[in-house]
Amino acid sequence: MDKFRMMFQFLQSNQESFMNGICGIMALASAQLYASFEFNCPCMPEYNYSYGVGILVIPAIWFFMLGFVLNNNVSMLAEEWKRPNGQRGKDPTILRYMFISISQRSLIAPAVWISVTLMDGKSFLCAYSVDIDVSQFGNATGYGLSEEELVRLLAKIPCKHIFDGSHVISREAATRYIRCVSQAFGWLFLLLITVIAFMIRAIRPCFSQAAFLKTKYWSHYIDIERKMFDEICTEHSKSFAKVCIQQYFESISGEMRSFHGHVRGDDSDDNDDENHKSDEDKLLGIRAQEDMNKVLWNWHTCKPPLSLKKEGNTEEHSLLNNVNENGTTGQAGYDNASFNISPKSLESNTIRFDKVDFGTTQNNFSKTLLNGKVSMNQHQHTFVNGDGYPSSTIAKKEWAVYYSKV
Amino acid sequence: MDRLKLVLQYFQSNSESISNGICVILALVSVKLYTSFDFNCPCIPQYNKLYALGVMFVPPVILFLLGVMINRHTGVMMEEWARPPGQRTKNPAVIKYLFSAMLQRALLAPMVWILVTLLDGKCFICAFSMSVDPKHFTGLPNNTGLDLVKILAKVPCKEDIIFRNSSFRKAVSRYVRCYSQAIGWSILLFLILLGAVARVIKPCFNHAIFLQTRYWSNYLDIEQKLFDETCVLHAREFARKCVVQFFEGMHDDMNLRLPLPHTLRSRKGNSEYEEEERLHGITRKDQMDHLLQTWYQCRPELDVTKEAYKPSVCITWEDHKGHIIYSDV
Repeated sequence: MDKFRMMFQFLQSNQESFMNGICGIMALASAQLYASFEFNCPCMPEYNYSYGVGILVIPAIWFFMLGFVLNNNVSMLAEEWKRPNGQRGKDPTILRYMFISISQRSLIAPAVWISVTLMDGKSFLCAYSVDIDVSQFGNATGYGLSEEELVRLLAKIPCKHIFDGSHVISREAATRYIRCVSQAFGWLFLLLITVIAFMIRAIRPCFSQAAFLKTKYWSHYIDIERKMFDEICTEHSKSFAKVCIQQYFESISGEMRSFHGHVRGDDSDDNDDENHKSDEDKLLGIRAQEDMNKVLWNWHTCKPPLSLKKEGNTEEHSLLNNVNENGTTGQAGYDNASFNISPKSLESNTIRFDKVDFGTTQNNFSKTLLNGKVSMNQHQHTFVNGDGYPSSTIAKKEWAVYYSKV
Repeated sequence: MDRLKLVLQYFQSNSESISNGICVILALVSVKLYTSFDFNCPCIPQYNKLYALGVMFVPPVILFLLGVMINRHTGVMMEEWARPPGQRTKNPAVIKYLFSAMLQRALLAPMVWILVTLLDGKCFICAFSMSVDPKHFTGLPNNTGLDLVKILAKVPCKEDIIFRNSSFRKAVSRYVRCYSQAIGWSILLFLILLGAVARVIKPCFNHAIFLQTRYWSNYLDIEQKLFDETCVLHAREFARKCVVQFFEGMHDDMNLRLPLPHTLRSRKGNSEYEEEERLHGITRKDQMDHLLQTWYQCRPELDVTKEAYKPSVCITWEDHKGHIIYSDV
């Protein structure tokens, strides 16, 4: 129970809480970035508006795109979108769901930036100070200011230290007014996005809840399947590597044997001490320094091919090729014997053999099975009746001819 | 049994105390938001009231909506309300209970904001400085040429020059702030009294039914959590079987390799058998390349029936005379 809970938490946390955490961190980062950013209005009529609006909008876009970059699910969405159909059709609602959930998370940091910028008011002040109605805050008449000079004066409002028109217009009053408008916009913006989010989250169960559950399940499934595929590929490559290296050692040890006349150790009885046996096994037949040197040399100069031989002794491998469908060879049935199934039987989803015999006497057979090695002389071969499939006696552990439940 | 109890307790506490925790966090967030918000009264007669009342009431609406969204019970309640009856009839008492619980928690943060605003007083001063009767206060600046309303409207703004060397502004501010704090404390007292009375009197009415509805609403919450958990675990199993089936379907020659029954396996074979099992029959580079290519080009269908219900093999062992030694059939 605890294990289940922990596993579920790990799974769940891996997906959603992790993304929520990143989302929260980015929101805090955006607030902090604004606080540490030194706002620097140019106080010139031509550039004020661009600077003010630019500061408001461009970092928001940048945070939005950063949200996409940091989100792992984006590559998953792209993969699912771009892949050919194969045997599994594509469901556009799932793609839409994934895209919407990614966008929702990416929109939080830009929203925080925009609301903090609007609440603070500096960018609004910078952008719109030239649009103030002068008569509301001061008295422009009587000073003989031309249109252009007035505009230039208004543009200097955001900059406390260079403003020189306090007789014309009250700088504090104008600043306060614009900031108040900016804050009103900020609160309205927050209210709007909260209402939209509320509509989406709280009212949604009234509409198509069943379809929503379906899309949520399958989009999680796609993520889990991707991870599972990577896991199984890793497992596979580990086993592949292990067997490959084992076979390489065995092949070298096989060569060495013909020089040194060693006898492989696994003929011994099963009653040996298990630890001793496994240590012997781990040596994989390499027991001398020159053998090991040869192993290491060959590993670099002559790597084995990426093709695992079926298990068994290599010198008997060539005899495999004598097996054919009619089973008329007398040399089938080695450790690594395989038999071919005609496509016909595959369609019916069952593999049928009428009768299977093992061709040895009981004692010999069991002995050779347990020892894991069969020499040719000791067993006989019988063939399956009926379909003419070759049978094989199973020498090593893995082989059995079998019935299947119909 | 003990473990089960622990788990149940965890689930029980999980549902309610987490909601309580989130609710308190939201209240703290609202206080922090207020302290970091730079209140900026326009000091213009037409806009003062609008701005101040806006600041006092718009953030509570936002906080309320946030409180409703963040609460888990909202989803549970909406689902229970909107679902078709199916084979389980709906209990309106449970829905009502969930609704009232959600509402109570969601109202905490807005109330905190309003109370902090009133106790601080800036909003009130901004909104109502113009309604003050200036006759009660001395020191009204009368040499500025502005009318009374405009002067009163400038009271919230400290740095304005017309109030230099005058105690008028401070006096009016203090007066309005005093009103604001009185209202704030009264509201707080009223709410606390209401809460206390409600808690004390509640057991007098239908306590048994209340226990039932509370149990079933917790149950709905736990059921939904478990459903989500089970879906995730199922998806994982499904994915694993689907991928294994895909690997095993990539054999180019149908070499069937199946395990011997346990009794006939030699000891050395066990670990190698596991390795081979994990290979799922893919033993060559080109097979693997083909597999990876096919995974992208031709995703397998979502059907693991063959893998989940593999026909089990029944083996019959016979000796050379044809006598059955052992049979699975």
